[in-house]
Amino acid sequence: MKDLTDRALNLADVEGATYADVRIFRRRTQEINVKNGVAEGLSDNEGQGFGVRVVADGAWGFASSALLSAGEVDRVTALAVQIARASALFKTREVTLGPPVTHVGTYRTPVEIDPWDVSLGTKLDLLLKADEGLRATRGVQVASSSLSFFREHRTFANSEGAFLEQEIIESGGGIGALAVDPERGEVQKRSYPNSFGGDYRQQGWEAILRLDLPGHGVRVGEEAVALLTADPCPSGVTTIILDATQLALQVHESCGHPIELDRVFGTEASYAGTSFLTPEKLGGFRYGSDIVNITADATIPGALGSFGWDDEGVPAQRVPIIRDGIFVGYLTSRETAQELRELRGDSVPGTSSGAMRADGWNRIPLIRMTNINLEPGPWAFDDLIADTDQGIYMELNKSWSIDDKRLNFQFGTEIAYEIKKGKMGRMLKNATYTGITPQFWASCDAICNEDHWWVWGVPNCGKGQPSQAAHVAHGTAPARFRNIQVGVVK
Amino acid sequence: MLGQERIQRITSSILERSTADQTEVVVITGDEYLTRFANSTIHQNVAESNAEVRIRVAQGSRVGVSATNDLSDEALNRTLGAALAIARLQPENPDFHSLPGPEDCPTVVAYSESTARCTPQQRAQGAGTICMMAREAGVTASGALTTAAMEVGVANSLGVSAYVPVTYADINTVIMSDTSAGYASALVMDVNDLDFAALGLEAVEKCLNSQNPRALEPGEYPVILEPYAVQDLVMMMAYTGLGALALQEGRSFMVGKLGQQIVDPRVSMWDDGLSSSGIPMPFDFEGVPKERVDFIESGVARGVVYDSYRAGKEEGKTSTGHALPAPNTMGPFPTNIFFGQGDATLADMIANTERGIYVTRFHYTRPVEPARVVITGMTRDGTYLIRDGEIAYPIKNLRFTQSYVEALNQVETIGRDTQLLSGFGGFMRTSTPALKLGSFAFTGATEF
Repeated sequence: MKDLTDRALNLADVEGATYADVRIFRRRTQEINVKNGVAEGLSDNEGQGFGVRVVADGAWGFASSALLSAGEVDRVTALAVQIARASALFKTREVTLGPPVTHVGTYRTPVEIDPWDVSLGTKLDLLLKADEGLRATRGVQVASSSLSFFREHRTFANSEGAFLEQEIIESGGGIGALAVDPERGEVQKRSYPNSFGGDYRQQGWEAILRLDLPGHGVRVGEEAVALLTADPCPSGVTTIILDATQLALQVHESCGHPIELDRVFGTEASYAGTSFLTPEKLGGFRYGSDIVNITADATIPGALGSFGWDDEGVPAQRVPIIRDGIFVGYLTSRETAQELRELRGDSVPGTSSGAMRADGWNRIPLIRMTNINLEPGPWAFDDLIADTDQGIYMELNKSWSIDDKRLNFQFGTEIAYEIKKGKMGRMLKNATYTGITPQFWASCDAICNEDHWWVWGVPNCGKGQPSQAAHVAHGTAPARFRNIQVGVVK
Repeated sequence: MLGQERIQRITSSILERSTADQTEVVVITGDEYLTRFANSTIHQNVAESNAEVRIRVAQGSRVGVSATNDLSDEALNRTLGAALAIARLQPENPDFHSLPGPEDCPTVVAYSESTARCTPQQRAQGAGTICMMAREAGVTASGALTTAAMEVGVANSLGVSAYVPVTYADINTVIMSDTSAGYASALVMDVNDLDFAALGLEAVEKCLNSQNPRALEPGEYPVILEPYAVQDLVMMMAYTGLGALALQEGRSFMVGKLGQQIVDPRVSMWDDGLSSSGIPMPFDFEGVPKERVDFIESGVARGVVYDSYRAGKEEGKTSTGHALPAPNTMGPFPTNIFFGQGDATLADMIANTERGIYVTRFHYTRPVEPARVVITGMTRDGTYLIRDGEIAYPIKNLRFTQSYVEALNQVETIGRDTQLLSGFGGFMRTSTPALKLGSFAFTGATEF
């Protein structure tokens, strides 16, 4: 690959680019879907290509192609420079990247069992067993189960001397049951271990074995059917306890996205929006209660948002985002770190937090979440329930929506239980809760401990135009929030 | 762009080599360019050239799929081998009957040379027009302009052979001040049909007129929805219930309602991939010609879209030409939806509203109860209170939680003008008018 990256970097220089980087991606994916005992979707896909990003006349240009040949590298590199010059026609500032990035190295996801060494028959057998369990309860209309495997080899080189090779391997899976009451037009669903496809890890087949999907099929089916006749979640202001999966979604939407500095600076304004976390809030804004500590950590082994270097060649880092409830850090790129430094008048050079990530060869890197984690607290889960006089326990996300500055949110969960006098009570369906981000986090008064903490993989975080799906993760344990509005559906 | 001849060479060579009982080859190529601007300057300008070959094979009723974007003989052989191996290793699928057979495909005009040849400079000038308008008005512009040329070729061992080149140009812009935002968007086949100055003016005026919004108590209000907001009604109804999979699984709002009045009799919605009012697409990803499918006709539920697999699960059904690329776990999906227009102007709607809310568009909408199409989301980029037949003042954005089906039972007026828009990240094209609804449930408020 080095011959191709050298060729692009040399040509970019000749064409007048002041900075260039090249990314070559080779990706293989396998998807296996079983529905109601039938293998409905099996595919094994591969893709490859390269992208050239340049700065010319002080502006960005990017071009990409699936064809890995010397001639195409020349065409695409020249096009990237031409595009940058067109971008420069209406520029208001020069691109500044700060200190050079010159790392050289390799990184590979550590796996115990390569998922491509496991036969398709073994994978199908596992899903069919789970499927059987899901359908064991009368009333389950649709049983679905899936496995997903991902392998990507990335080569990165830039005009400052960096040359990096990384191989990322991911495995994920999950099951779900849809129960339907045709008489009343009622539909309910349950999933395991998380909604929207399950849990995903940067691991091999061992990650799937740990999930024990067949072992959870019967329970998931039973709960889906039980929800059909459960009481609806009441309306009112109460205490809620969120399970770790729902909290992962809460962290994702109300912490992860607002701290992306490109959003703060308005470059996502026309699509997903901006952020309420404007730069003057850095270092002093109370984001949550004293017990709320959030970190961005791309170094956690096995977590979906981990890597060796980001797609600008910046090393993976662990950085504080919220410390003792105070907002202290953004996710940044090389360019936005410089803009922030200039805006704040800092004397030291701004350095990237290592959060620039591209969804493949045909996409530019954007600031993306890595592993954004709510650090664990001291509570055992049973003690937390016992300590709650009245409230609602909510589990597993079903719906999610948040405004374009990431303030007003409304989330719904698959299942909920009433808490009365320190004990879990009746099952509730269609549970929703809503709030304003900093007020919500300020109401957090208890977080469960490390025994209940897990880094949940999210393989479909959407952002950007053209759209990109990032693989991110969130470490969370169940937590309690006071005075929350629940049950808004008529 | 590979061209029809090269695509046919690829599909023929794979069909000849395949040992499967049935084989299908889908080739999708795309040259896509996107110029993105923010803070009234171009900050992202990208180009992509790609071609994907997707092979589906059937050994009896066992189906395997594999895809690659490496067009070398070696890679295509490997991909065919992978599809065959997957089919061999899996159990029989009793629901799979056959790939579709050949049918005559109508001819449509879906390609514009000027869009295919649009240069980075032309896109920069278009984006620059809007940026300069914003700068002059003392506000900031953001947005994205896409120009794309694509080809779809489908061939199978039963004789299907279809090819179409398609172009589109799509723009959206958000203009922002410190306290407000305005929006405009358009979708066309020929980039020369984009009026950047008109789009810029629409969004700039909306932004200027939305400054210093006031808070309004959430509650049930009559609403006037611009075509941008109505697009969300259409997309969410399609997503939750207008495909055969949702109907067969019992989770569509159409379950048990076919032939019944489900919304106001003035409401009609249909899918028509052949209409020249949209961006035409003559066939689906199985090569089946697109049929017009009426979802709601004068308020009565009529039907949903099918692909060959889902049609095979119901007696007497055939594909309506709405398959997505295999393997498709989403089921058949409508991609060219029209909402029937009325005869009112937006000015008429405002003038005839004593008290209500005017919504430019919705943001981040998600199903809360899919079977009832209960959706939650936010207003965005221009929300106003209407009082005594006039726009009274801009208001801070509101959250709604509302059944879209129930909302369409509250229709008071339908707009006479429709807008063609891109939805679901360019995956769907919709044509929608403005709507006035008698009641809409706003359940929360935000701070801006």
